[in-house]
Amino acid sequence: MAEPVRGKDEEHEHQHELGFWRKYVFSTDHKVIGVQYTITGLCFLFLGFSLMMLMRWQLAYPDQPIPLIGKLLGQARAPGGIMTGDFYNELGAMHGTIMVFLGVVPLAVGGFGNFVLPLQIGAPDMAFPRLNMASYWFLFLGGMTMLASFFAPGGAAASGWTSYAPLSDIAMNGQTWWLVGMVFLITSSLLGAINFITTTLQLRAKGLSYMRLPFFVWSQLVTAFLLLLAFPPLETAAVLQLMDRLAGTSFFLPSGLVVGGEVLQVSGGGSPLLWQHLFWFLAHPEVYVLILPALGIVAEIIANTTRKPLWGYRAMVYSLIFLGFMSFIVWAHHMFITGMGTVMSSFFQTTTMIISIPSVVILTALILSLWGGSIRFNAPMLFALAFLPMFGIGGLTGLPLGLAAADIPLHDTYYVIGHFHYVVAPGTLFALMAGVYYWYPKVTGRMMSERLARIHFWPSLLFMNCIFFPMLIQGLNGVSRRLADGGVTYDFAGDVIGLNKMMSFSAWGLAVAQIPFVVNFFWSLRNGEKASANPWQATTIEWQAPSPPPHGNFAAPQVAYRGPYEYSVPGHEVDYLPQSQPPAAATT
Amino acid sequence: MEIPYTVERNPETGLSNGKIGIWLFLTSEVMLFGALFATYIMLRVGGADWQHDQMEAGLNIPLATVNTIVLITSSVTMVMAWASLVRRQLDRYRLFMLATVAFGFVFLIIKYFEYTAKFSHGHFPETSTFLAIYFTMTGLHGLHVIGGMAVNFYLAVPGAKLWQRNPQWLTDRVEHSGLFWHFVDLVWIFLFPVFYLL
Repeated sequence: MAEPVRGKDEEHEHQHELGFWRKYVFSTDHKVIGVQYTITGLCFLFLGFSLMMLMRWQLAYPDQPIPLIGKLLGQARAPGGIMTGDFYNELGAMHGTIMVFLGVVPLAVGGFGNFVLPLQIGAPDMAFPRLNMASYWFLFLGGMTMLASFFAPGGAAASGWTSYAPLSDIAMNGQTWWLVGMVFLITSSLLGAINFITTTLQLRAKGLSYMRLPFFVWSQLVTAFLLLLAFPPLETAAVLQLMDRLAGTSFFLPSGLVVGGEVLQVSGGGSPLLWQHLFWFLAHPEVYVLILPALGIVAEIIANTTRKPLWGYRAMVYSLIFLGFMSFIVWAHHMFITGMGTVMSSFFQTTTMIISIPSVVILTALILSLWGGSIRFNAPMLFALAFLPMFGIGGLTGLPLGLAAADIPLHDTYYVIGHFHYVVAPGTLFALMAGVYYWYPKVTGRMMSERLARIHFWPSLLFMNCIFFPMLIQGLNGVSRRLADGGVTYDFAGDVIGLNKMMSFSAWGLAVAQIPFVVNFFWSLRNGEKASANPWQATTIEWQAPSPPPHGNFAAPQVAYRGPYEYSVPGHEVDYLPQSQPPAAATT
Repeated sequence: MEIPYTVERNPETGLSNGKIGIWLFLTSEVMLFGALFATYIMLRVGGADWQHDQMEAGLNIPLATVNTIVLITSSVTMVMAWASLVRRQLDRYRLFMLATVAFGFVFLIIKYFEYTAKFSHGHFPETSTFLAIYFTMTGLHGLHVIGGMAVNFYLAVPGAKLWQRNPQWLTDRVEHSGLFWHFVDLVWIFLFPVFYLL
């Protein structure tokens, strides 16, 4: 207790004797908050996936009773166990919302960012620990609001995760719950973003200059700027839509709108396109919020497991910054079919083609980093390696969608669904899985089982592709998305409609393939092999702290003497030089 | 464990954590109100009968002018409060800080009379798109005024105890709260011409 530190440290010393609630629930320690975010994110990912598994039944066996659980859904949602079209729409909207805002973002930014970033820059904690706690609890409130909306009269939001007006303006109550939930989630992201940027600018260890930052820190920094600047316009949009729904304004309602055969009695004069502009001004940078932390994780793992420096670190960092900047001026490529005009379309397709360049630079640099490395095929590396081609497919299938002429026939088909799921599901999610396997020993002090990890990896890779590749095929054949029967009534869909069964069985198979992961996650907590401080023989500073790191993280202040990836430096006995190792000791 | 640069400056950036934090927060606020002003432009050029609706609404220009003066004065007292702390005059600080809160209160009261006058004439947000964006933007601005007043009041009375323990920290907090207050003032300076004069 009475360590001879500076006098003003006294009040912080009391943190060692905190009770259960302050230590594990309302904690201000970035590591506890990171774990809270991770657990919340994983649970919501599973929930979002479960909604999708229900939808996949409806797609594979339209209008047949859902076995086992169909009766439990209630007469309103599934009379006789057969899902209604309205309930299908609810599931679709909530699947997207939950996966993006409550699954991937909390895990990638809140979880990994919170736990790893302060450790990697050698900081004792985040710059604003109490804001950090508030950020998590706002997320929690937002998540609970979204969940509660399923029990609102008329069910949850059912206008798609994009909530396009005017449909969403006149939708049932669930939409109001969705908007309120979004305001909480936006607040959470805002507080988190301010914290990440300030921490990175202010609390880096001595000697840790910007070009010595691990790529993961760079990816979190750019992501934080995207969250900071892109989310407020969605908050604006949410406020305006709340006004439309609650105060009877018509921001998104044009004059003379006919609903159910009658002209709607509103003042009119609003613009439905305005919602799309405000929404996509957020949601395109949001796409990069989903992918940049994944790139950061993969870069860390590839450097570590190839025992080589990253190829083109500087080019990657500059690409990342350029990518962040460009992501603000491409949003309307989601709106080519709205009839906003050819001039707008030309501008946005040009910027879209430009933004593909830095993405390709980063992916290429990661692939070239593999060249000549002595690769360790451990669990993190398997997932990181799988990320590369999966993200590649996702990116390349996006190119035709970025060109207005090709986008118009493809936009409302399953091709789009296949494209962005390749980026986010086998892409980002695989990177996040890689991150869980990679930093698990740091968080818990135990290794995860390699054998179970392999049983988790190979079926997951197979099933992911069996779900999403057929979507590209169906889409190119013109099968529309958002149909509750999966297109079974479409004549021209006849050749490819059979794929729905295969995709559905793959989705359920994917759920089974996650069992080894869940088992591994909990079993290793107690029974995993004990991990040393640096089990992967890595160079970055987080591995200098004990596993798990104590409150305050490091016994002594860290100093960085070199770049982040000094692997296999010639003339040294070991093949890695930690950033914090002084040069004199290194030359022996 | 102590978070570095809570009060003392980081030699590299020359700033404390709080200073960076408040500026980042203000950038996001700029994006929030920026999107609202963009909405205003899009609705105005979008074909609604704007001039007619604006005439019909009949906003009270003299009252809004008074309110503009009130807010600008409150920004001056805010700076004076901070300057008093720099000169180590806690009593003057408290006086100026409470004056800032009081001016905020005057602003809200005048705004209340403006709103109720509109309501009594049957002018509601749903009446026209002009009134919809007017009520939304001034209402959101009013919420910011209330937020700023709450923080300023906290710093003036219970929060001022920090002076005994760490005077520099209190001075910084007042400066940061002041930055927010000036921002809220600035938003009004845009709102006033955009709704009342143009």
